Amino acid sequence: MKLGFSKAEEDFRAECADWLTGQMAGEFSDIKGIATLTAKAERRKEWEQQLAAHKWSCIGWPTEWGGRGASLAEQVIFAEEYARAGVPGRVNHIGIELAGPTILTFGTDEQKKRFLPDIAAGKTIFCQGFSEPNAGSDLASVRTKARLEGGKWVVNGQKIWTSLAHISDWIFVIARSEEGTKGPKGLTFLMMPIDQPGIEIRGIKQINGDAEFNETFFTDATCAEDSLIGAPGEGWRIAMGLLAFERGVSTLGQQMGFRNELDEIIAAAKANGSANDPLIRQRIAKAEIGLHLMRYGALRMLSNTDHSKVDGAALTYKIQWASWRRSLGELGMDVLGQAGEVTDNPDYDWGTLPNLFLYSRSDTIYGGTNQIQRNLIAERALGMPREPRGDT
Amino acid sequence: MDFSFTDEQRMIAETAQSFFAENATSKRTREAMATDGFDRETWQSFCQELGLGGIIIPEEYGGAGLGNVELAIIAEAAGAQVAALPLLNLAISSAMIAAGGTEAQKQKWLPRLISGEVIGAAAGNDTVKYDGHKLNGSFEFVPHGNVTDIFVLAHPDQAWIVEKGAPGLSVETATTMDQTRPLSTVILDNVEGEPFADFLPAMHASQSAAWLCLAAEALGGAQACLDRTVEYSKERVQFGRAIGSFQAYKHRAADMMIEIEQARSAVYWAACAVDEGSDDVKLALHAAKAFCSDTFFKCAGDMIQLHGGIGFTWEHDAHLFFKRARSIQTLLLDGNWHREQVATMILGEAA
Ligand SMILES: Cc1cc2nc3c(=O)[nH]c(=O)nc-3n(C[C@H](O)[C@H](O)[C@H](O)COP(=O)(O)OP(=O)(O)OC[C@H]3O[C@@H](n4cnc5c(N)ncnc54)[C@H](O)[C@@H]3O)c2cc1C
Repeated sequence: MKLGFSKAEEDFRAECADWLTGQMAGEFSDIKGIATLTAKAERRKEWEQQLAAHKWSCIGWPTEWGGRGASLAEQVIFAEEYARAGVPGRVNHIGIELAGPTILTFGTDEQKKRFLPDIAAGKTIFCQGFSEPNAGSDLASVRTKARLEGGKWVVNGQKIWTSLAHISDWIFVIARSEEGTKGPKGLTFLMMPIDQPGIEIRGIKQINGDAEFNETFFTDATCAEDSLIGAPGEGWRIAMGLLAFERGVSTLGQQMGFRNELDEIIAAAKANGSANDPLIRQRIAKAEIGLHLMRYGALRMLSNTDHSKVDGAALTYKIQWASWRRSLGELGMDVLGQAGEVTDNPDYDWGTLPNLFLYSRSDTIYGGTNQIQRNLIAERALGMPREPRGDT
Repeated sequence: MDFSFTDEQRMIAETAQSFFAENATSKRTREAMATDGFDRETWQSFCQELGLGGIIIPEEYGGAGLGNVELAIIAEAAGAQVAALPLLNLAISSAMIAAGGTEAQKQKWLPRLISGEVIGAAAGNDTVKYDGHKLNGSFEFVPHGNVTDIFVLAHPDQAWIVEKGAPGLSVETATTMDQTRPLSTVILDNVEGEPFADFLPAMHASQSAAWLCLAAEALGGAQACLDRTVEYSKERVQFGRAIGSFQAYKHRAADMMIEIEQARSAVYWAACAVDEGSDDVKLALHAAKAFCSDTFFKCAGDMIQLHGGIGFTWEHDAHLFFKRARSIQTLLLDGNWHREQVATMILGEAA
């Protein structure tokens, strides 16, 4: 067990930091520090291309697909330096963290050639079409239908809460391809181009005023016959494999973003004197401790290379960070006091902390709600008896 | 960077877990609770057969010359059994002597502490008086002071060794809620102390050994509470189904695990930070002590609740965990104090 990085890794850290801070001070200074997922989307697509041009886009991927075959430690370092430099989140994070690894693991060579370099290069932005109006936590009850017809998949139905669909090029969906099936059986995992008459996207305004997610309607939408991952009817297996990738290295970069948020709270507390309040001091200390424990939890999870059994500890990670961040949002507001409840911006566009307060309410919902996470932990990690379904 | 056990560490963990499970049984622990809170039989086997008493002590003094990760592994395994053993005492007193004792003190005491021949204890405060020759004052809440042979006593700029039976030394032990670790008051009336060679390193060593040991013990205890609860939840049936199938029950177990996994990260982060001499070692130790003791308390409380009436009985082990957890929370400074240290690091002193 060793936490320190080697000299070579520290050199690599310096190289990452140099390049990233250079970019944020230079050509891309206009996007530095953007906290929302959608602001300046076009410029951020250019940033994706810049990353790719310098081989910094998907460093953990094999070199043949646009990566560097970077070691785990190097990926950790890059993710940390990325956020430390104030670089905004990746607009193609779904492509990079979910679609890419899914294609890498389950896709054909053809699909790898077709998609991976373009995902890495920021030319193919992906979004995720899983949830439907009647299939949220109970994802397996999706109703969107897919049928093969004339050498194409034809898709009908509706997805909802599709983040970033309005700036994406492709969407992956799970759809029911076998008539009369229920639950996880008979689903197929398809990748579909968004720019076609059969797909309509309508933005949904969120509690923070932003409209990062959408309703996505499919009316005889099509994609090529070979756009599926895995075999027809195997969609659930692929979807579950994909969701496991959410616990990857990117979590460390996400944490450095949290570091920036906590630092902003610390600065605000010092500025307005609440840093002298013993209760606020306790809460800031708790948040600080929690942040470190998240980092070390992620490092443990990533260091665990025994994939033969369920990594119970890894199952606790999502609810841990989501709950931590939601409390951080509340702490930020408590530090700001009433000043946090007003803004002179007429567009209902909030500063970092009030926006964090609002946005973090979603952290405990998307990617599996806190309740669903607890079910998973209890049933998969602790082996407690499953909940009976109501409809079987 | 590799935040997972090496094969050797995994082996030590397995050995220690089965050792404490086989030896520090509920029966033996309860026998110790009924007398002086010291399970001598297990302690003798631990020191002599297992030979892991001097885990962080250099080999030249009879130790194993291993690191704090290994120390944490042992303390975690002992904590899982709420073993009535002076492990914390050994860790602190031997670490202090090794770091700051005179050569003669090291030669004389370390091998005997490690072999279990003598029991050590350490205590410190800023009220004890030293006039250059004699010590006067008292130390309260000294763990296992009732069975201690040598005391390592410290005030803010020196430490001394005082042997049991020294003229002017008396030890009073009150009934302690956690009977697996009785707390004593050590009273000094013109007692001669044998000073350390080098105080500061001893103080640092005492902090890392103490806080790490307690945190690891708490981690082991918390995990045991969860494991035992989950096991029970699969057997006990109410309303025609295993109680572990009720969601309110499952979610509470899941919450225990979420805390425990963070506690595990805290313990091994702190252990590595001490071993690697990282910049964040202080932060890590405060975090580990505060977080793990709270986690243990939460889990032990939940264990009682999730067992129902049986969990409230003397016969069931739940109260051993609950009382140990409470005692760890306040031993060697409570969570609020540790968090305030963290707050001071990031916010500065409160005005
Ligand atoms: C900001 C944001 C972005 C999102 N982005 C995407 C995206 O890009 N692509 C996509 O496909 N989806 C996305 N989602 C959807 C998200 O995955 C779902 O909202 C989530 O899975 C919950 O489903 P639901 O909203 O239908 O709530 P429901 O499933 O109806 O849940 C409502 C409440 O019931 C509880 N509940 C449900 N089932 C159980 C149970 N078995 N036990 C106990 N409690 C239960 C839930 O915890 C919740 O509190 C996004 C959501 C948000 C908020």
